Amino acid sequence: MSTPALRVAHDPALGAPEAGQRAISGHGSGGPAPRRIIVGYGFWIFLLSDVIMFSAFFAAYAVLFRNTAGGPSAHELFDLRNTAVQTACLLASSFTCGMASLAVGQRNQKWTQIALLVTGVLGLAFIMLEIREFSGFVARGAGPGRSAFLSSFFTLVGCHGVHVSAGLLWLGTMMAQFYAKGFRQDIRHRFLCFSLFWHALDIIWVAIFSLVYLVGSLPPELLP
Amino acid sequence: MSKELDYDAGSYVGEDRELAGGDPGEQRTLRREVRGYLLGLGLAVGLTIASFWVVGTNEVYRPGLAVAILVLAVAQMGIHLIFFLHITTAPDNANNILALAFGVLIVCLVVFGSLWVMSHMNHNMMPMDQLMRMQR
Amino acid sequence: MFGKLTWAAIPFDQPIPLAAGALVVFGIAAVVIWVVAKGYLPYLWREWITSTDHKRIGVMYCLLAAVMLLRGFIDALMMRSQQALAFHAAGYLPPEHYDQIFSAHGTIMIFFVAMPFVIGLMNFAVPLQLGVRDVAFPTWNSVSFWLTAAGALLVNVSLVVGEFARTGWLPYPPLSELAYSPGVGVDYYLWAIQISGIGTLITGINFVTTILKMRAPGMTYMRMPIFCWTALAANLLIVAAFPILTATLAMLLLDRYVGFHFFTNEAGGNAMMFMNLIWAWGHPEVYILILPAFGVFSEVVATFSGKPLFDRRSMIVATMAICILSFSVWLHHFFTMGAGGDVNGFFGIASMVIAVPTGVKIFNWLFTMYGGRIRFTSAMLWAVGFMVTFVIGGMTGVLLASPAVDFVLHNSLFLVAHFHNVIIGGVLFGAFAGYTFWFPKAFGFTLDERLGKAAFWCWLIGFYVAFMPLYVLGFEGMTRRMQHYDRPEWYPWVMVAGVGALLILCGIGFQIAQLWVSVRSRDRRLEPTGDPWDGRSLEWATASPPPAFNFAVLPAVTSEEPYWDVKQRARATHQLVTPEPQYAAIEMPRHSPTGFVTAFLATVTGFALIWQIWWLVVLGLLGAYATFVVFAWRDVHEIEIPAEEVARIDRANRAARAAALMAEAPP
Repeated sequence: MSTPALRVAHDPALGAPEAGQRAISGHGSGGPAPRRIIVGYGFWIFLLSDVIMFSAFFAAYAVLFRNTAGGPSAHELFDLRNTAVQTACLLASSFTCGMASLAVGQRNQKWTQIALLVTGVLGLAFIMLEIREFSGFVARGAGPGRSAFLSSFFTLVGCHGVHVSAGLLWLGTMMAQFYAKGFRQDIRHRFLCFSLFWHALDIIWVAIFSLVYLVGSLPPELLP
Repeated sequence: MSKELDYDAGSYVGEDRELAGGDPGEQRTLRREVRGYLLGLGLAVGLTIASFWVVGTNEVYRPGLAVAILVLAVAQMGIHLIFFLHITTAPDNANNILALAFGVLIVCLVVFGSLWVMSHMNHNMMPMDQLMRMQR
Repeated sequence: MFGKLTWAAIPFDQPIPLAAGALVVFGIAAVVIWVVAKGYLPYLWREWITSTDHKRIGVMYCLLAAVMLLRGFIDALMMRSQQALAFHAAGYLPPEHYDQIFSAHGTIMIFFVAMPFVIGLMNFAVPLQLGVRDVAFPTWNSVSFWLTAAGALLVNVSLVVGEFARTGWLPYPPLSELAYSPGVGVDYYLWAIQISGIGTLITGINFVTTILKMRAPGMTYMRMPIFCWTALAANLLIVAAFPILTATLAMLLLDRYVGFHFFTNEAGGNAMMFMNLIWAWGHPEVYILILPAFGVFSEVVATFSGKPLFDRRSMIVATMAICILSFSVWLHHFFTMGAGGDVNGFFGIASMVIAVPTGVKIFNWLFTMYGGRIRFTSAMLWAVGFMVTFVIGGMTGVLLASPAVDFVLHNSLFLVAHFHNVIIGGVLFGAFAGYTFWFPKAFGFTLDERLGKAAFWCWLIGFYVAFMPLYVLGFEGMTRRMQHYDRPEWYPWVMVAGVGALLILCGIGFQIAQLWVSVRSRDRRLEPTGDPWDGRSLEWATASPPPAFNFAVLPAVTSEEPYWDVKQRARATHQLVTPEPQYAAIEMPRHSPTGFVTAFLATVTGFALIWQIWWLVVLGLLGAYATFVVFAWRDVHEIEIPAEEVARIDRANRAARAAALMAEAPP
């Protein structure tokens, strides 16, 4: 990896001779970081806060897991084939989002739009499958108001679904912005945030399909 | 605005990667990036399939299944972080790693702390149904 | 059409809230009419309401806190007077009203006084101390402030339209569930806190990014001022803890609105889970409040002792230790909920351990003062008052950290005395010290010192008179939130506490007088150099008030007290030692109405959610999305300040400082 160029504040006149050398040492003493780093890091911190919010929902789910109030339990409800298809869609969409990032790096409008479109379609498929699963549960009398377990399941998985839906809205806006304004720096920075968001949602889904669906589908005697 | 020489392929949270310069260099880097994503996808798919397989099969020691799924999940998260989110051990990434570690710490405290606390809440109580469950 | 909203929501049949509400509404209307009539509105809109300048936003946060302090304190006076009257009597506040008052008191004081005050001080001072021009995300900063204000507005609207929660400042289920709180009170609380909570979370992200990624050249982590370290720790806690609050209140909202069963009595809900999660947020929250106050004291004590802070490294380590440890003690808020000896024991010991780094900080402040030339300005008085008061409060906290003791004292007035001891003695005194310390920097003139000292003594004595009796009452068995009582041995202590509240009222009176007098005589108290206190850190290198761009050229930092070192060299030679820099044009973020508009829509949406006016909710959310798109579509993000303008402003400050240096020279 070649040495990155010096990036300090907008001002030309800076006194300290050491400012230049320490620029990208990670110690942050080369002056304010470039805008892209700042935006990326800020969004990284936001993602961590979002993960902590999900962990609160996870904690509630774990505590309330056995409180089925005589109603259906995870083992009886979950259809792992549906989960597998959802996982495939979201994982593929993460990959296509990565491809979109590369297209943006190449400033290629056509491939950016195609990759983003595919990402959006896969994300939409994910949401439709989830809606179908939820309405199926509700129709079977296993809606969120049936028991504490179901409340926490619908909230945890539903919260992820709301995030994905918001992401799709954001994705559409990004496609429109790239189309209308081209690859301007601030739009690329926003897209950086979007791709971080999209990948993070896939990471959270890994936790959900593993710990909620897979572990939940185990027979009761195998649960910790 | 200062001109930035950033080559912002991928979801790099770390420092700008400067273009190697010249077309062959550019293509080489792009191919390398695509290969990185493909490798990440392949590994993630493999681990996902493994997770689903583990649940259905009798090959794995049954009582250890929950732990196995947890380990596979953590591995998958690691693949995502490295191949899709480009977390590295470079010094410019140090803040990101630290923040991630802090986040993981809080998540563990909240989840395992809550489980520990809540499972003890009936410590001084012994309602009937719990007593019955204990005598299973 | 209007959901649950009817004319019956306005308390025509309750004289006290009706009168209070009318007073507030007419008061606000009078202020607005005066502002518009005098033609100040364009200026206010351009320079303050749409401002993305961290200094302006910081001032607005502190102003919000000060106004809400008045409301919260009135609630306190009402509680004290009710208890003074309600011995073997009903008092003047019926229970359903009294319950709303103590709930509003706590909610307002924590969320809309203490939080805005410390966030306001951090907003104002951190970028200046770091030697940079603004925070990482200035427009988001404006959004944060206005969302906080929106939450405060919603809580105050509940006084006039509807009711407030009766569940205390944390709405424990099952009381807060729909079955037992069917009115809109809990909903007002929930939506106000959710909205302002988003604002606070954004602030946390903003400041963590600013402190870690934006500092003047040469400012390594170890050279960062201690206030910035405590700000970093506090904002890391915000980022880590506030999502838990959001999630937990969302679960309660789902229970109330859609019939979920997280915390209900039936269908497997577990109310204890709420306590567990809410305090997993609640304990870090109090450290979010106190850590910036600690930082203020570090700055104040060092400045007014004329010495650098004693052992910066251990201060930094102690700060980060408190940050991490604050996530390991939350169960001490519910020892009595029945987790058993093992769990209680662990959290009890952890709660005692967290007192150790705090003790390290106290000793460091004392050692900073030892051997120094101490100037007892009012800011320093607040600091010394804090040291005594906070130590007492901290010690009672360690007492409560023992589960066995807590079983007796939980939810008694002993607990109430303890947390007021640390919050008033720690957070509020710190806020007042910071306010006094940085006021001249923000406005260019000093505050009247005599009135400030009078305010301090009234607050200090008033605090002890108001709250020491509560420790006694706690031992005597009086629980918190009592609307009436009949034990004769409690009565004298309650009366003394009431007197204390009146003394604090005098203190607040002096503070208002101080501000009034200082503003009216500001031309006589101008501070031309920008350094009224002989300060040590970078904010004192700027003019008072600092220009929009803070520094004409970002300073080059080569030591822990860069401004002090330069100043000492300048004093030795009686002239400025830094040459006039090469002035260049500076780009600053544009002001934006995004924050104000977003908060307006949030208020409308929140109100609509509370009263279940669904079409208005949809409109509000669509409006929020439209605002986001409009902002995203903007092409020009910055304005340019021309080099001549930068030069003019900087030269004026340099001239004033050179004149001051020459005036110090021997004849």
